Amino acid sequence: MEQYFEVAGTDLFICLPEEVDHFNSEKIRREADRILQSRNIRRIIFDFSQTQFMDSSGIGVIMGRYKNMRFMGGTVTAVHVNERIRRILTLSGVYKMLDISDMR
Amino acid sequence: MSETNEMKLEFDSRPCNESFARVAVASFMTQLNPTLEEVADVKTALSEAVTNAIVHGYQNEVKKIHIECHIQDQVLEVKVTDYGVGIEDVELAMQPMYTTKPDEERSGMGFAFMEAFMDELEVESAPGKGTTVWMKKRIGRFERK
Repeated sequence: MEQYFEVAGTDLFICLPEEVDHFNSEKIRREADRILQSRNIRRIIFDFSQTQFMDSSGIGVIMGRYKNMRFMGGTVTAVHVNERIRRILTLSGVYKMLDISDMR
Repeated sequence: MSETNEMKLEFDSRPCNESFARVAVASFMTQLNPTLEEVADVKTALSEAVTNAIVHGYQNEVKKIHIECHIQDQVLEVKVTDYGVGIEDVELAMQPMYTTKPDEERSGMGFAFMEAFMDELEVESAPGKGTTVWMKKRIGRFERK
C-alpha cells in the first residue's frame, strides 16, 4: 500500500510504507516538507502499521522532521510500532525524541 | 561436512534497486533456515551498505555495485563493493552519528546498524578507488521450538 499524508487541524498524519528505506525516505521527506511549509502543523504522527522494514534512512527522515517540529514548538509521535521497528528506533536513539504509543 | 554456496550480484547504484538487493540476499540465505529476525538483521545491514555505496561511494551517480555472498555451514558472509570515491578515515566514518551529509538527513547510523545486526564487520577503503564492506553472521544460533 502507498504511504499517505493527512492533515487534521494542526496534526500531520503520515502513514509510512511497507519499507522505509533510502528510496522511499526521499519521497516521504519531500511530501512532508511541502505540507509543513504550507500548513500550520504542531504535531507529526508517524504510523508504522504497514511498515515491515526500516533502516537508517528512515531514522534520518524522523530526525529531520523532529528538528522541524522542535523549531516550531511541535512534537513527533510514532504509533503502531512493532518489535522490529522499536529496536531500530531504540538503537538509533531517536526514541528519545518521540512519543511512542503502544497501541497496535 | 563442510557445505559451501556462493552467489554474486551486479546492479546499478539506483535507490530503487535497494529493495531488489535486500530481497535477493534474503532469498539466498533461506537455505540456512534463518529466523525472521535473522533475515531482518541481514536485510537491514545490507541496506545500510548499499545505501552507503549509492549516496557516499558514488555520490548518487549511477555506476555498478557488487554483492558477493558466501555460505559455509551456518555462516553467511556478505561483501558489498563500490568503485567510488572511497573513505579518507574509515575509523571516523564508522563512529555513530558521524556523517558527511547532515544536510541530506543522513543519520550517521549506517555502520552502527551493520555492527549491531551482524556478528563481524570489516571495511576496506582507498580514496579514489572505492570501498568494500565485509560482514559475517552465524545463522541458526538459537534453537527453534
